[in-house]
Amino acid sequence: MIELKNIYFSYFVPEKVDILKNINFNINKGEFISIIGKNGSGKSTLGRLIAFLLEPTKGEIYIDGKKIKNELDYLEIRKKIGMVFQNPDNQIVSQIVEEDIAFGLENLNYDEETIRKKVEEVLIEVDLLEERRFPPHFLSGGQRQKLAIAGVLVMEPEYIVLDEPTSLLDPKGRKDVIKLITRLNKNGITIILITHRMEEAMLGDRVIVLNNGEIALDGDPFEIFTNVEFLREIGLTVPPLTYLSYLLKNEGVPIEVKLWSLKEIKEELLQLKLKI
Amino acid sequence: MEFEGDKGRTIAIEVKNLSYTYSRGLPYEKEAIKNINLIVYEGEAVGILGHTGSGKSTLIQHLNGILLPQEGEVKIFGEKIINNKTFLKNLRKIVGIVFQFPEDELFAETVFEDVSFGPRNLGLNEDEIKKRVIESIKDVGLDESYLNRSPFSLSGGEKRRVAIACILSMSPKILVLDEPTSGLDPIGREEILSLIKKLKNEKKVTIIMISHSMEDIVQFADRIYILNNGKIVIEGKTEDIFKNKEILEKYDLSVPDLFLLGEELKKEGFVISEPFKDFDIAKREILRNLS
Amino acid sequence: MISKDSIIIGQYFPGFGFLYSVDPRAKIISFLFLMIIIFIFKNILSFIPIIILLLLFFISSKIPFKHVLKGLKPIIILLIITIFFHFFFTPGNIIFKFYFLKITYEGLIRGVFIGTRLIVLILISSLLTFTTSPLELTRGLEFLTLPLNKLHFPSSEIIMMITIALRFIPVLVEEADRIIVAQVSRGASFDEGNIIKRAKNLIPILIPLFISAFRRAEELAVAMEVRCFQPGKKRTYMRRLNWRRLDTIFTILIILIGLISYFIG
Repeated sequence: MIELKNIYFSYFVPEKVDILKNINFNINKGEFISIIGKNGSGKSTLGRLIAFLLEPTKGEIYIDGKKIKNELDYLEIRKKIGMVFQNPDNQIVSQIVEEDIAFGLENLNYDEETIRKKVEEVLIEVDLLEERRFPPHFLSGGQRQKLAIAGVLVMEPEYIVLDEPTSLLDPKGRKDVIKLITRLNKNGITIILITHRMEEAMLGDRVIVLNNGEIALDGDPFEIFTNVEFLREIGLTVPPLTYLSYLLKNEGVPIEVKLWSLKEIKEELLQLKLKI
Repeated sequence: MEFEGDKGRTIAIEVKNLSYTYSRGLPYEKEAIKNINLIVYEGEAVGILGHTGSGKSTLIQHLNGILLPQEGEVKIFGEKIINNKTFLKNLRKIVGIVFQFPEDELFAETVFEDVSFGPRNLGLNEDEIKKRVIESIKDVGLDESYLNRSPFSLSGGEKRRVAIACILSMSPKILVLDEPTSGLDPIGREEILSLIKKLKNEKKVTIIMISHSMEDIVQFADRIYILNNGKIVIEGKTEDIFKNKEILEKYDLSVPDLFLLGEELKKEGFVISEPFKDFDIAKREILRNLS
Repeated sequence: MISKDSIIIGQYFPGFGFLYSVDPRAKIISFLFLMIIIFIFKNILSFIPIIILLLLFFISSKIPFKHVLKGLKPIIILLIITIFFHFFFTPGNIIFKFYFLKITYEGLIRGVFIGTRLIVLILISSLLTFTTSPLELTRGLEFLTLPLNKLHFPSSEIIMMITIALRFIPVLVEEADRIIVAQVSRGASFDEGNIIKRAKNLIPILIPLFISAFRRAEELAVAMEVRCFQPGKKRTYMRRLNWRRLDTIFTILIILIGLISYFIG
């Protein structure tokens, strides 16, 4: 479990800018948490704090009960928590797929045999086995992002933070990456997904909504997305059918504002028509 | 492909049997587009749906003469594109292309300088340039105070709008946009899409939008072409394309939920006169049926 | 426009053949030795065994003649100037006179000698880069310079920088192409005007490229840190080079040929 207590983060140069204020929440093992917020809401910074790439200005972060910086080995944290970023190209170091995956283990001084074995396992996990000797620029965008994930996965992290991993990908790439992430979560890896795509945010057990550096909402996706007006006010949108139900309700239609599926809302509207 | 060409409508772009292969003749040659035929009428908004690798970049670069046809031809307002320096320079006055992530092209010290880069290259005088810069910065929804700022101090959404202004300042008659909402958050997306709709309705610019996002294209395109593996596989009115479920599945395309809802309700007896392209239409139609 | 396939870095020509399978370290050591030793050759006879060796290698590696000539293209002017310099300005018996230009017998010999040395030098290094991919070369250099780390010379870091730079070449080429296409679409042209104007015209390309490169570097550094990279710390390697007996034989053979050639002269 990761605990964030009273976290503040600010920049001081050239002038003081508060990025995050009063952040308090826990991340439980095995959860799939989505963090959403408009650009500038502080979600990327929060992601980096969780991955210990940044130090909070104020407040403490505990991982599995131990406070960071004082008690834990920096390298140990790096192994426990991996992070994947938006641009796959800027995460790939090597000219050959399997060698790039090996990079992390080489840094940790694992022996050759072990590295080979773990790399092969991960290649299968992300479905890049056939492309193992390819140069990265031969891969599609989605495959490159899977490669970036593989590079982190091979170090056997317990938590993975992903900062808008699909925003530069085309629909197919997006689908593949999301499928992989979901599967990793089912296999026990705690996923923290930072995104502004609502359909991705809905995949989680929990959604945290950031606004202006503070946590505005924290809960079940089904509850969160009923706050249509508020979400729109802070620069986010809701899934289209939910928005439609909101618009109709405003016009007096007795329809609930919630996360509707196509089938459900169709049935509901048909019912309403019959009653007239 | 058969076109129901309207007699009397001016053809802005006509592409006939266009093919292009990269590194032709070499062992690693790559055929990017094959036998492309398409027509865009003046004032229309056409969407070209294509994933990465579908050949869309190659096609776009033929529209302003960056690439010249190896086979076939491209005509802009009736004139065939040829490899002539003066012709190409004029062509780029008429066809403006906003490439993907256009903010990557910004380089100047001030927004004014960047937005004036295009018109200055066209040889316009300073007064005209200033007029165009002010007009285009307003067109993209930013006010004049932005002109003195450094482009690099702006937010992502603002940078993108400045980049679009850089092309608009050249006053193109035809505007081509490649993935205009790529990488933007939901509000940013909505802003850019409404900007494009405004350009279509108010400025009467002929617009071609290439995207892999059905949701984006649906909102404003009159007609759609689907590009797959270098070939045009379907062409038609937006609503007609969406009715063809097999084709959509075959090419891994998703119909926006809103649109589907309209079709489903129609099948179940609702009186739907317009396909659900956006929320206003959907709301209107449903309310009508429930009162 | 520029496609990432059109840049053949170091003119690596993929293929099969004996020379391709030799350990890059063996090739680096042997060819470096040859290049050094031909500088102490005293006369042109010494070159004969070397040239025969090179011809054999080129033929067995099936490298097309055209490709070899392409390797000589860059220095053709230097070659001509050097040779004629020696023709005209070496004192000795004059065998040819054209107004104030005189070619001496000694000059002729000297010119041909120097010219041959230059050509052979280029051919040896070309052979190295034709048959060894950039990746193999950096790998070979990395393992060769490993001992330098003990002397606190950051060779591993330097090699890592080179490896990363190589990996980003296709990416940056594509990006440069994108930016050029975009600026041309805004009416920019790059082939007009004098030197100063042309340099100025490059600004709309260089600035975006630099900015992008810096951003990439920063993001990459963070990604590397996430994967526990610590500069200066010892690392293991998944893919070690395998030095076989063949490589020893190869190296010794080449060194012997070099020495014998020296003594022939």
